[in-house]
Amino acid sequence: MAAVLESLLREEVSVAAVVRWIARSTQGSEVTALTRPQDNAGEAAALSSLRPLRKEFVPFLLNFLREQSSRVLPQGPPTPAKAPGASTALPGRPGGPPRGSRGARSQLFPPTEALSTTAEAPLARRGGRRRGPGLARERGGRGLEEGVSGESLPGAGGRRLRGSGSPSRPSLTLSDPPNLSNLEEFPPVGSVPPGSTGRTKPSRRINPTPVSEERSLSKPKTCFTSPPISCVPSSQPSALDTSPWGLGLPPGCRSLQEEREMLRKERSKQLQQSPTPICPTPELGSPLPSQTGSLTDEPADPARVSSRQRLELVALVYSSCIAENLVPNLFLELFFVFQLLTARRMVTAKDSDPELSPAVLDSLESPLFQSIHDCVFFAVQVLECHFQVLSNLDKGTLKLLAENERLLCFSPALQGRLRAAYEGSVAKVSLAMPPSAQAVSFQPETDNRANFSSDRAFHTFKKQRDVFYEVLREWEDHHEEPGWDFEKGLGSRIRAMMGQLSAACSHSHFVRLFQKQLLQMCQSPGGAGGTVLGEAPDVLSMLGADKLGRLWRLQERLMAPQSSGGPCPPPTFPGCQGFFRDFILSASSFQFNQHLMDSLSLKIRELNGLALPQHEPSDEDGESDVDWQGERKQFAVVLLSLRLLAKFLGFVAFLPYRGPEPPPTGELQDSILALRSQVPPVLDVRTLLQRGLQARRAVLTVPWLVEFLSFADHVVPLLEYYRGIFTLLLRLHRSLVLSQESEGKMCFLNKLLLLAVLGWLFQIPTVPEDLFFLEEGPSDAFEVDTVAPEHGLDNAPVVDQQLLYTCCPYIGELRKLLASWVSGSSGRSGGFMRKITPTTTTSLGAQPSQTSQGLQAQLAQAFFHNQPPSLRRTVEFVAERIGSNCVKHIKATLVADLVRQAESLLQEQLVTQGEEGGDPAQLLEILCSQLCPHGAQALALGQEFCQRKSPGAVRALLPEETPAAVLSSAENIAVGLATEKACAWLSANITALIRREVKAAVSRTLRAQGPEPAARGERRGCSRAFADQIPILGPPAQYRLERGQARRLLHMLLSLWKEDFQGPVPLQLLLSPRNVGLLADTRPREWDLLLFLLRELVEKGLMRRMEIEACLGSLHQAQWPGDFAEELATLSNLFLAEPHLPEPQLRACELVQPNRGTVLAQS
Amino acid sequence: MILTKAQYDEIAQCLVSVPPTRQSLRKLKQRFPSQSQATLLSIFSQEYQKHIKRTHAKHHTSEAIESYYQRYLNGVVKNGAAPVLLDLANEVDYAPSLMARLILEKFLQEHEETPPSKSVINSMLRDPSQIPDGVLANQVYQCIVNDCCYGPLVDCIKHAIGHEHEVLLRDLLLEKNLSFLDEDQLRAKGYDKTPDFILQVPVVMLCPLAVEGHIIHWIESKASFGDECSHHAYLHDQFWSYWNRFGPGLVIYWYGFIQELDCNRERGILLKACFPMNIVTLCHSIA
Repeated sequence: MAAVLESLLREEVSVAAVVRWIARSTQGSEVTALTRPQDNAGEAAALSSLRPLRKEFVPFLLNFLREQSSRVLPQGPPTPAKAPGASTALPGRPGGPPRGSRGARSQLFPPTEALSTTAEAPLARRGGRRRGPGLARERGGRGLEEGVSGESLPGAGGRRLRGSGSPSRPSLTLSDPPNLSNLEEFPPVGSVPPGSTGRTKPSRRINPTPVSEERSLSKPKTCFTSPPISCVPSSQPSALDTSPWGLGLPPGCRSLQEEREMLRKERSKQLQQSPTPICPTPELGSPLPSQTGSLTDEPADPARVSSRQRLELVALVYSSCIAENLVPNLFLELFFVFQLLTARRMVTAKDSDPELSPAVLDSLESPLFQSIHDCVFFAVQVLECHFQVLSNLDKGTLKLLAENERLLCFSPALQGRLRAAYEGSVAKVSLAMPPSAQAVSFQPETDNRANFSSDRAFHTFKKQRDVFYEVLREWEDHHEEPGWDFEKGLGSRIRAMMGQLSAACSHSHFVRLFQKQLLQMCQSPGGAGGTVLGEAPDVLSMLGADKLGRLWRLQERLMAPQSSGGPCPPPTFPGCQGFFRDFILSASSFQFNQHLMDSLSLKIRELNGLALPQHEPSDEDGESDVDWQGERKQFAVVLLSLRLLAKFLGFVAFLPYRGPEPPPTGELQDSILALRSQVPPVLDVRTLLQRGLQARRAVLTVPWLVEFLSFADHVVPLLEYYRGIFTLLLRLHRSLVLSQESEGKMCFLNKLLLLAVLGWLFQIPTVPEDLFFLEEGPSDAFEVDTVAPEHGLDNAPVVDQQLLYTCCPYIGELRKLLASWVSGSSGRSGGFMRKITPTTTTSLGAQPSQTSQGLQAQLAQAFFHNQPPSLRRTVEFVAERIGSNCVKHIKATLVADLVRQAESLLQEQLVTQGEEGGDPAQLLEILCSQLCPHGAQALALGQEFCQRKSPGAVRALLPEETPAAVLSSAENIAVGLATEKACAWLSANITALIRREVKAAVSRTLRAQGPEPAARGERRGCSRAFADQIPILGPPAQYRLERGQARRLLHMLLSLWKEDFQGPVPLQLLLSPRNVGLLADTRPREWDLLLFLLRELVEKGLMRRMEIEACLGSLHQAQWPGDFAEELATLSNLFLAEPHLPEPQLRACELVQPNRGTVLAQS
Repeated sequence: MILTKAQYDEIAQCLVSVPPTRQSLRKLKQRFPSQSQATLLSIFSQEYQKHIKRTHAKHHTSEAIESYYQRYLNGVVKNGAAPVLLDLANEVDYAPSLMARLILEKFLQEHEETPPSKSVINSMLRDPSQIPDGVLANQVYQCIVNDCCYGPLVDCIKHAIGHEHEVLLRDLLLEKNLSFLDEDQLRAKGYDKTPDFILQVPVVMLCPLAVEGHIIHWIESKASFGDECSHHAYLHDQFWSYWNRFGPGLVIYWYGFIQELDCNRERGILLKACFPMNIVTLCHSIA
């Protein structure tokens, strides 16, 4: 491995070649992230000799970088866990003690919660039993103990604010890195602490357990709450590690071993030369607060970067690996890069030689990062390659990045782009705190006596409901008290209650209640609780969300944000979810669990199969987002519910198989596998995944599947059924190359969400880490089935930053890291960017006061609580459609009027100014300045429209026996929601809409006046762009255009033929039997489009009626299927029967006469 | 009338072993002139009931019963028209109605073959003329009429007051144009727990000095004073059950309550001593 990197650094091979080399081993798709110079024979030869090592390259590279950074950054924030320990074979590391293998991922999972329950115990035991393919064995059999390093890096505990870090921002300090200078506690990765050679391998854990203010620096040890994680005997190979180590080493591994053997000898030699291993320089890193004052950050200076070229090369290879999704976790790598960017200072190892010769600098023999300057340089290089991802982070992160003065210093260009991205970003992310729980309402249709088998069952359930809520309230009151224990406090009461459930039907009633309550309380961000709305919190978000949300956001700001536990936190049950988990555990009722699984599975199927988007948003580019807003909210609700349900399903389903004991091995494992493989899965997730991929709904299916799988036990990934799932997920992961963006591909943020959740899954301890690197990639790129629809959810912009961060709160660690840099830096507290705080969008003129709006929103919400769910769906549906129609109505009336005014104004203008008219841009400005102010009417008109239309729709859709008061309230709410939706869109977009339409009108009018040369040029540019987008038509069944799309396409084509083609167009070919024959295969046959085309051809003077008639005539002679011939005849008759418009002579002339361009070309 | 815990305790203190007579009540009224008669009566009644509950057992030993019965027999032998039973009850600090029941039971046991059923006794207490012994009938009647805390007469009055307040509340709801389902309608629909009224469209009650209002889905009327004991029983048997099914709601204790008990507002159980004035309904146009 080192050899590859070495050849790269010596420029024997190009970066592109290397990446191609790695990527080929995993997938056949082409490398897109890099330019691709011609393969050169030398390169190929150099690399082909290293062929067997291919698979190990990425893990090697990741570990290499972690290790290199750790050498120079013991002071820095905790380094993210490394990839499964691949070869650390670096030649000539001076003074480096022999290293054990690194497992590494174990440290990703700090025990963030006190894992008191058996269910989570296995999570606590995150053994570092993983390693890269076929490695650890040769490391003196130390393989399994590396994860034991309890003294791995804790969270942010050990540091206090530095310098003038603003104390008013407590949250920012949370991810503040610990003081790592105590090298006994924080050994740099790669070194064995002195005198502990027999001990377990220290390795780094990614930080942050939530840290409270009390954890002062003076007690750094209090942070090390993590117990030694795993005590798996070292001789016992991991059950999950299927890598063929030991005797059956494949040839590649053997050669690797040789390489390592040499290294080992080399190292021991060095050790003898310098008996002192790398040891801490105590004066640099005392954990005592009194000394931290001296910890000033080292400035980073681009001029002092030690070996640019080498860093650039490595950065490029690294970036390419990230871009190609060859690394398991995109955000983990970003986190690492951010750490490098914000590295505070470096500790010089005693044995490092500052006077390295230039020759040494070029190889791996010298440390990659010799200084802070190097680190920052490298980080910025990598970040430059990933601007697109960065620009899609939330606004807060963008701000911190753009304000980072190191970034500015090293790459003003990137800083500029980030700043622009920040200014354009609307991605404010807030994980709002919810109000306290509300009960599931009693619905007579499902809950009254008629639904029970006996009076007794009815009354038992009545009591159970009351006990359940009593328990819930008690939990709410006490669970945060220290020393309170769920099982002790509530266990016996819960079991007594469960004991009363005798009839199976009672179980299903109780499970329904349980599941509804779960959805109601836990749907929202971080599971910390939920909106009180229950199954669909969208009314809240639609109506006065801002008003209600503001208070929560304030609350959120006042409360220390929960740290999600580093960039790769283990699966947990935050907030209210903990209640439900503990309830399940305490109840320990087999019947209850079974009923719960049944119910969860059903609901998951139901939600996963939900038709989304519910209403096909209109494809007209302008107002489509008015529809998308609603769709996105709907999608978010469904996705979050699915994730929650799937998480609990996974938890319950795998509960019997999880335990604290190590995964079985050998024969025991075989027998367990034999046993388990014949157990049908609780829910056929594989089929659901396959269908999801086929239907291009991965963005919905995969996130919940990941939640489900995150609770799998160690055996699960070994089962063939689940192995297949992991293979699919791995292929999907590889296929999600962010830089590939084109029509028909998945939306960027959708991809980002999938990458984030998959990356997280790959880091879960129970998922074998070699899975990612060992999995022989598919021979060809991941392709969904060809019968897939062209458009699915994946192609729709359903994910926004809010959803991304809600699903993956750990992405927020990036922001925390940057914030900790700001707060820890003296004199940097104030960013240069003005903080813009829009208080509220000024929408409608006379609004009731904020308070009363909030009350109304609260009331509207409460209103639905005791009504049947269908009522709510109806009201939301009406509001959704009326709001959308309202915008269309405004466009058809007000905007159309304004356009007409524009046209007549323009005519006047043209008359007064003469034929030439004047500068179109100027004309447009004049018109817009006159007309845009009229847009203000849109709000009043919109309001009036919604008020007029909504009540009738509601009335028509609700049952007739709906009480009058309920009906009128429902109508009012629908009016309010529709108005809010429409007016929100209108107030934001009306001006732009008018402008766009007027602009179109102006260019229409001007074109009618005669073509402007400039306009022509523009037009041609257009057509080129358009030509790129013309889809290559496959078999018609596969590619179906929407009706509107088809018509627009025809319009564009007609206009191209008319305006842009310089030569004659053989349009008669359109009507050749072959082309018309294509119509025969489509269903329904779109005769109207053909008719439209024919008319337009005549209308535009592109073809004469006679010509068309002749073509149609010859068509009749061809062989057609019976019905087609008939329909074709009808069409011809229809066309021929149309009144002959006298054809202007001019048009006919145009056709025969060569136009100006042709003449010019011929002369 | 909303009392603080301290105020309430002061009143309760005065009531320790005071006989449940109208005189006692008059004295109480003089002692606490600022409190309404109804509030004092309600507190008085509740305190007395607590007292009786505490001492109930000692009056029900067979020795005690035997001794009371003998004293009754001796008394009526001397003067059948004198309030023997009532005096006896007051003397031994027991509720006259309950004393009457005790003696009646004993009497019937002595004179009938089979022990009397509960319903027979209840029926005789409701209408003493059914009691076979004229003297006893008269004695029982005196007890019932003079007992202002126990007995069929008091039960009847309480029931009437409770109903009256429900009607009052219903009128208020109608007057405010708030549509609702009442207990009977709810029962017909198969609800397992039925507050007095469920609002079909919830309202918000504003509180002075509070930013947010309180949502009200249901209203329960209680024609009594809300003391700790009764409130906790109601919470457990009724209010939380309502909350568990219908969300937050309002309890009206028409005769007041101890202020400190109104501590579940945030959770969704709101206490008031009258119909709230500052109510916000869903407006006709929200936007």
